[in-house]
Amino acid sequence: MEALRLDGNAAAGLLSEVFAGEVTTAVGTCDSCGAVEAVGAIHVYMAAGTVLRCPHCEAVVMKVVTDGERIWMDLRGLRTLELAS
Amino acid sequence: MPIISRGFKGRRRDDAPRDRVPPGQYVTDDFPVLSAGPTPHTPLDQWDFTIVGEVDERRRWTWDELRALPSETITVDISCVTKWTKLDTVWEGVSVDTLLDGVETSAEYLTVFCDGGYTTNLPLADVTGGQAWIAFAYDGEPLEPEHGGPARLLVPHLYFWKSAKWVRGLRLTATDELGFWESNGYHNYGDPWKEQRYWGD
Repeated sequence: MEALRLDGNAAAGLLSEVFAGEVTTAVGTCDSCGAVEAVGAIHVYMAAGTVLRCPHCEAVVMKVVTDGERIWMDLRGLRTLELAS
Repeated sequence: MPIISRGFKGRRRDDAPRDRVPPGQYVTDDFPVLSAGPTPHTPLDQWDFTIVGEVDERRRWTWDELRALPSETITVDISCVTKWTKLDTVWEGVSVDTLLDGVETSAEYLTVFCDGGYTTNLPLADVTGGQAWIAFAYDGEPLEPEHGGPARLLVPHLYFWKSAKWVRGLRLTATDELGFWESNGYHNYGDPWKEQRYWGD
């Protein structure tokens, strides 16, 4: 276990701040390795911004930065995110 | 605290001289650890430092070769964009001037690259003239992996995300290429005294 990594609830918490749908059952696909994982399994790191990584290949699937008024999201590593409608 | 956070909350001091603390920062005696990914553990016999890109000839140093170069003790204040400032931090490292000595280039920018894939971009003029080091010791001890060991860039006049941990080299570029955070909301230059935190600041 990486000491600097947050637990599995962190990814759902982050997504709930950004997306309107139900996020706790969301499933993401890593664009680097194709792994399909539940949100709770995604690795979350806190640095200058927040970084979500694939639990299989550690590729970045999402970067999130906010200044309190704007949120920037880099989703290049996320092939798809499935949310309940 | 929301997961998408603007600031690191740590112990604060109120007795710091204001002329050493950039606007919007608070002083901490701690050394908070922020990390964008898992800590790499590259064995030193597989570690190297390279200067590539717009150069007359690629430069490469092994760990032993880098450590054999003249090094300096540097005492500086550092400021993280998450709002902590730490005064009088003591490092040992090799000046980037030493590494660039004799390198012929027309580049005006560089991308710093690291184990783990992190990058950050800087004007070449900001890592020359005694402004930046490849640091391998902190407070008299080898730099711990969680703080970027075996070596990190130290460029203390800019926010500390520019002082990339686990540094492995510099790629000199003709144009400015946005790094890991600079491409996603963080300021391209990052001067703490101008509070250049985010895009548009």
